[in-house]
Amino acid sequence: MRKPSEVRNYHAPVWSEPVVMELGTHGERGILVPEVEEGIRNRVGKASALIPKKMLRKVPPRLPELSQPQVLRHYLRLSQMTLGMDLNIDFGEGTCTMKYSPRVNEDLAELIADIHPLQDEETIQGVLEILYKFGHVFLKEISGMSEFCFQAGGGSEAVFVNACIMRRYHELNGELGQRNEIITTIFSHPCDAAVPATAGFKVITLYPDQKTGMPSTEALKAAVSKRTAGIMITNPEDTGIFNPEIDEWTRIVHEAGGLCGYDQANANAIMGITRAREAGFDMCFFNLHKTFGSPHGSDGPACGAVCVTKELAKFLPVPVVTYDGRKYHLDYDRPCSVGKVRDFLGNVPVVLRAYAWSMSMGEEGLREAAEVSAINNSYLEKRLVKIRGVTKPFSTKRRVDQIRWSLEKMKEETGVGVLDVNRRVVDFGVQSYFLSHHPWVVPEPFTPEPCETYSKKDIDDWAAVLHKVSEEAYLNPELVKTAPHRSSIARIDETALDDPKRWAMTWRAYARKKGARARN
Amino acid sequence: MTSERRVHPYIPNSVPEIKAELLKEIGVGSAEELYSQMIPQRLRLPRRMNLPEALPSELDLRRHVEKLLSKNISCKDYISFLGAGCWQHYVPAVCDEIARRAEFLSAYSGENYSDLGRFQAFFEFQSMIGELVGMEVACLSTYDWGAAAANAIRMGCRLNGRREVLVPATVSPARLSTIRNFAGPLAMPTHIDIRTVKYNRSRGLLDIKDLKHKLSSRTSAVYFENPSYLGVIESQGEEISYAAHEVGAEIIVGVDPISLGLLAPPSDYGADIVCGEVQPLGMHMNCGGGLAGFIASRDEEKYVAEYPTHLVSITTTQREGEYGFGYCRFDRTSYAARENAKDWVGTATALWSIVAANYLALMGPSGMREIGEAIAQKSHYAAELLSEIKGIRIVFPQFFKEFVVNFDRTGKSVARINKALLKKNIFGGKDLTEEYSELGASSLYSVTELHTMEDINKLAEAVKEVVR
Repeated sequence: MRKPSEVRNYHAPVWSEPVVMELGTHGERGILVPEVEEGIRNRVGKASALIPKKMLRKVPPRLPELSQPQVLRHYLRLSQMTLGMDLNIDFGEGTCTMKYSPRVNEDLAELIADIHPLQDEETIQGVLEILYKFGHVFLKEISGMSEFCFQAGGGSEAVFVNACIMRRYHELNGELGQRNEIITTIFSHPCDAAVPATAGFKVITLYPDQKTGMPSTEALKAAVSKRTAGIMITNPEDTGIFNPEIDEWTRIVHEAGGLCGYDQANANAIMGITRAREAGFDMCFFNLHKTFGSPHGSDGPACGAVCVTKELAKFLPVPVVTYDGRKYHLDYDRPCSVGKVRDFLGNVPVVLRAYAWSMSMGEEGLREAAEVSAINNSYLEKRLVKIRGVTKPFSTKRRVDQIRWSLEKMKEETGVGVLDVNRRVVDFGVQSYFLSHHPWVVPEPFTPEPCETYSKKDIDDWAAVLHKVSEEAYLNPELVKTAPHRSSIARIDETALDDPKRWAMTWRAYARKKGARARN
Repeated sequence: MTSERRVHPYIPNSVPEIKAELLKEIGVGSAEELYSQMIPQRLRLPRRMNLPEALPSELDLRRHVEKLLSKNISCKDYISFLGAGCWQHYVPAVCDEIARRAEFLSAYSGENYSDLGRFQAFFEFQSMIGELVGMEVACLSTYDWGAAAANAIRMGCRLNGRREVLVPATVSPARLSTIRNFAGPLAMPTHIDIRTVKYNRSRGLLDIKDLKHKLSSRTSAVYFENPSYLGVIESQGEEISYAAHEVGAEIIVGVDPISLGLLAPPSDYGADIVCGEVQPLGMHMNCGGGLAGFIASRDEEKYVAEYPTHLVSITTTQREGEYGFGYCRFDRTSYAARENAKDWVGTATALWSIVAANYLALMGPSGMREIGEAIAQKSHYAAELLSEIKGIRIVFPQFFKEFVVNFDRTGKSVARINKALLKKNIFGGKDLTEEYSELGASSLYSVTELHTMEDINKLAEAVKEVVR
């Protein structure tokens, strides 16, 4: 391991860039719209005469007026003040699988940029083939499921598809009035609770055994009843702990008449190792912007690829891509379908990238990615346990893809907590880490996930940053508490974010409130 | 892969020596041994996955995928008049440049300091959307228009505690289906009753009489679109808002923001919440992958409290004159409140917020007015040419970029006409025959700034031949 003193002498770019609304001068143009041809103008006359008078805009929108180089410069500066995964050792953002997104896939995705989703099937056979094969070749093997849907625009929306399927299933069985409870665990992603609640279900959350961190099978037995619509859970959970009784869980839920939904947003370390089908699930989903290498895009565009058993296929959103042995088709004629959750075919470019990534990997590559992710996680563990103030909660030894660590000890001994450390690590050129969703359960939590993208040296270097900050916490806690010191900006006033008098989601609100404050 | 090719370029630690070193460090002999300590054998896949041979060489992969995709024909190859929720507009080169910036493309959920630029771009997106729609609060982009409309409707229901929502029968069927999924089935106590209001068959406008008949103290909100799915400019906004507000209902308006340099913002005619589709603002159609929704409202605490999505607020820093940014009222979101949150927030379409900000900064007020004017002129030109063809009728007179073309008196179905147009390298409009059977053999045509006079003349010529 590098010595702590060898952490990078980093400083984030400081552009002191104004908000775009303050830039430019009246009359500047960033791009011109082509002149409407004379023949058209002569024929139809002025645009204003084509629109009902009262529907014409009276006051132009107060958008900025900038020439093209000014716009490009501004957004390039903003991009420089964004520490993307490509620039840094970004595995601190655990549960997010910050893996490398191959650039060739960006080139390939551009090949469908100008396709309209309603084009005649004959003209999008290439697109349909990729959608079909990514499901029926790759995800079929990876999940053991039978039918697929790529319409959900993210993991949470995929949970919504699953919740809608559960709803429809019980509705058609005439049991929806009675079966209105969905069970999840606290270490499953919060969407596994929030989305079923939006879908109208009552949510029951199970807590783990305090010693092992394992979700308790006894608690599940106590929770199921004839009101159970289903479960929606993660495995391994955010703690990295794999529930070894998961097949017993699905058996218990099935016995109670519920369906089993598997949140596989993070399946990175178990591809080809263990599957939804053998665990007894009826449906699952994968985040293609995580496990399958499509870029995270600053928080989307994304895709939650829904996989279901043959029995549940009839409930999938329309259209479903089918293959008759010769041509690919879009099947809309599915009377039991839940309908639409998202327009058209979903985020097709995301599926295309996932297909390309999977083709690049193949069976050995996918398995290698899984194995190296698991190995990297255990190796990082060896590095982190040596750092003062860092503890690994729960007695379960082996963790799969990530570990929810704690800085509780550091906080008790130095007053420096996980939020302080998070503001400090960015001073060394690594992205802030992910803590935990709420409620924390694990005190002062953080959750790195060193997936297959990262080298041994990356892991050593990341651990060195944490080691350095830990030393600082014990020697000079104020330094950490007042961080960041080498960022693009100084500490922000967080109180304004929640104060209706001072918050401002738009420049016009900011200008109004600032003006009002100046007058008072 | 042969054994010497096991080192994959995306996996640094696939180098056998390094892997061995790591295994030794963690005290296991193999990955297999490691897994055996985590996952019971009975749950393990006892075989290798059966997958096609890998293409680990980038060049091989590129060739393979390019070959597959060469079977497609795009709207650059043919002239397209498809819209219906995803439209072909010109994407400035600078937008593509920013969309592919590695920093934005590869970032995810870093905090306010390390990801300052991302947050600032989000705030700028919200600010410019706010200007377009005439509202002081706007959110970071969400999945698509349908999800945004559904979220807005649920916001309305939470605001006034009512559970009945009126929508015009001209709403997009796909959006309506999404809205119904968010509203839930009747068997659930949380069900929201989505009731459709008739439309005027000659003009496509909302039937005010039917609206008034259906409005009551149970009405939570009236949602309508401008332009509507069928392209119609709903010019009765004030009247609709007045009637809805009389019974204490919210007015939610869905918009296509590309129209708002020319058309009045919904705030002018009484909207309480605005939503819509961001895709026209700098996103390629991407086979439907360019979609992104947004929600906007007045800056009132009660509205802000009901947003499910991220809201980025500007704030100050300890340095004089410096801006910082952060999430407003994070505690409302599902990340903080799980099942007690306002619906949910998740990874959606943030990159499109950044690109749309870029687009609006390029366009400015003049660009947005000019593009609105160009679209209106070109769409009306196309409608006029088509209307001169025997047997063809333009169904609704008042439109912006999309309009309904009826072929009843040609005796030909839209499907047949579209197949014939396809042979002439033209994608005809969206077939409405199934969605709106009362409109007969009708099709929804979309014309944007991208269409030249020549394109439109070609369409008219082709249609003339096809229906002959």
